[in-house]
Amino acid sequence: MSPAVTTPTAGSASEAGLAAVRRPRSIRVLWLVLLVAVLAAILLLSIAFGSRVVSVQDVIAGLSGSVDGFDHAAVAKRIPRTILAALAGGALALSGTVTQGVTRNPIADPGILGVNMGASLAVVVGIAYFGIASATAYIWVAIVGGCVTAAGVYLVASIGREGATPLKLALAGAASAAALASFISAVVLPRNDIADGVRSWQIGGVGGASYASIREVLPFLVAGLLICLVCARGLNMLALGDELAAGLGQRVVLTRAVASFGAVVLCAAATAVCGPIAFVGLVVPHVCRLLVGPDHRWLMPFAAVTGAALLTAADVLGRVVARPDEIQVGIITALLGAPFFIAIVRRAKVREL
Amino acid sequence: MTRTRADAAPQGEVAPSSVRSPVPGTRRAHPDTVATVVATRTSGDRRRRVVLGALCLAVVVLLGVTLMVGHTFYSPSEVLGVILGQDVGGASFTVGRLRLPRAGMALVTGLAFGMGGVTFQTMLRNPLASPDIIGISSGASAAAMVAIVVLGLSGPSLSLFAILAGLGVALAVYLLAYRGGVAGTRLILVGIGIAAMLDSVISYLLDKAPDWDLQEAMRWLTGSLNGASWDQVLPVLVALLLLGPVLLGQAKNLDMLQLGDQAAGALGVRVERTRLVAICAAVVLIAFATAAAGPIAFVAFLSGPIAARLVGPGRSLLVPAALVGALLVLAGDLAGQWLFGTRFPVGVVTGAAGAPYLIYLIARTNRTGGAL
Repeated sequence: MSPAVTTPTAGSASEAGLAAVRRPRSIRVLWLVLLVAVLAAILLLSIAFGSRVVSVQDVIAGLSGSVDGFDHAAVAKRIPRTILAALAGGALALSGTVTQGVTRNPIADPGILGVNMGASLAVVVGIAYFGIASATAYIWVAIVGGCVTAAGVYLVASIGREGATPLKLALAGAASAAALASFISAVVLPRNDIADGVRSWQIGGVGGASYASIREVLPFLVAGLLICLVCARGLNMLALGDELAAGLGQRVVLTRAVASFGAVVLCAAATAVCGPIAFVGLVVPHVCRLLVGPDHRWLMPFAAVTGAALLTAADVLGRVVARPDEIQVGIITALLGAPFFIAIVRRAKVREL
Repeated sequence: MTRTRADAAPQGEVAPSSVRSPVPGTRRAHPDTVATVVATRTSGDRRRRVVLGALCLAVVVLLGVTLMVGHTFYSPSEVLGVILGQDVGGASFTVGRLRLPRAGMALVTGLAFGMGGVTFQTMLRNPLASPDIIGISSGASAAAMVAIVVLGLSGPSLSLFAILAGLGVALAVYLLAYRGGVAGTRLILVGIGIAAMLDSVISYLLDKAPDWDLQEAMRWLTGSLNGASWDQVLPVLVALLLLGPVLLGQAKNLDMLQLGDQAAGALGVRVERTRLVAICAAVVLIAFATAAAGPIAFVAFLSGPIAARLVGPGRSLLVPAALVGALLVLAGDLAGQWLFGTRFPVGVVTGAAGAPYLIYLIARTNRTGGAL
């Protein structure tokens, strides 16, 4: 322990411990401002870079609505995908934060838990058998699929005495994701007519963004965001353990259910427009916890901003690395996120099964 | 106290004069105890023989069905004629050129996946530590795709590339999970992470190869036997013939490793050597099979636990698991081809059918601990 333990007043030690966890408000605000600035810079980069690099003047002209010439048109084309990347990134990161808070599990992530795949399968089934075609219908179907998968995976993982340990959650999620991927293939294979449209449900990307799809998904994202923010205090209590939270007057089951619902809505809505994108929800909360500490009221806005920045940056990277082609953002996040996942697993004191 | 008595009991039976039985009447119980042990062992042996016989029979029957059933049905005598090299009108091409390689491929890849999978599960003392969950199959598959799409390799060099990648992934998972000893849990989680990364590489390469039809691409995602030829079957068969005996030779040592490294060492097992030989042999088997047919989903994972349920505890699972693997691939391929309106590759069937079983296993292992 630290030398503070040997000092006569035990109070000062615990205060020192608290101070180490709880960052001062000014530092948090500073970090937030910094992150927003980084996000803004990345958004501009996303508009400027691609298979064609445009100058600053062209970016400004394009942003103000001009579509004269190739460069302006390129800028106009990149704006919706940039917005979508930022929105989806923020939603997935927030969803991951809440999932980790609800399950009190460091490796919980909607992608690892198979929620994205469940949403994808629901949409694919909807397209193939029920002929759904509107963006709103996609989102509703994706939310239903995501909710069912989340509940199923959590249920399987929590069978047994120890409840849902990290290993059991990850395994149940990986197994479900594999099974769902098989089902997606089984639905898609016989239908060559829809195979191309459906391929985007197997690999996540923001290339097909349009203002229309953003407009459709926005209400769902806002609703999910509000639900999650309302639960922030409740999640802080849950972090103390179920008994203590209940003793403090928190309705544990209700908080869990509402927060999970918010997380699934966010993640399913993002999946409905972008396809399955994994690991954003895993990485961002951990990074943000290092910056602001474990208080969910601060963690959530931080995660949203950082997630937006991360996904947009990953999209830019995917466009620049394979120029003039592009790598879908879902692949980039998996390549960047998996090593991070391994690092967390190495750090965490995982128990034997 | 009671424990000591029970331990001393058989000894007393062998040399009654040297050990004085502490409890009167214990000696009279000995014949019963011994009889029970002997009876259990014999019935276990009999069960194992019966199960092995039944598995072999089932494999042969399914092979026969695979050869007979198709767009045109050929009678067993016609099929037998083709196998014996006679010229049977019509059947010679359909059975000899199309169905026979396919059935052969199903057989050898199933055997390889089953044996490789159960080796990992036995060695790491965890049914969930199978090559398809900890990323080794994904590694071999991704490497095979890189070799085909980017490097334009084929044949033996393709297999070699897949094997090197499989070994590399196995080494990477082991090293990344190593922190003053390898905890099984950490190894599995690290493996899941690596597998996710490799799967995204596969997705990317699939996306970059648009002129492939979806069926061909599915081979590298879930595994498929479509377009099987003897050129593909042969390397897997050679690998099986060379490495199968090597693994079988290590069977006893592998079983002892289940007692824990120290106990196994005390019993005379050269732990590190056994482990190295077993890992290399199993990875090479898996990689050869993957290079031929793709990572047929969940076969390596399912074979071991199913074989363990069939055979009962305390016996080497290598051969039964290999047979179960062959059975799974043959049955999955038959079902995928003829059971549904359209033809599905075998991996889709085993993936969809195997995942519920995996979930059931996760639920079960929670209660029973990590036993196979």
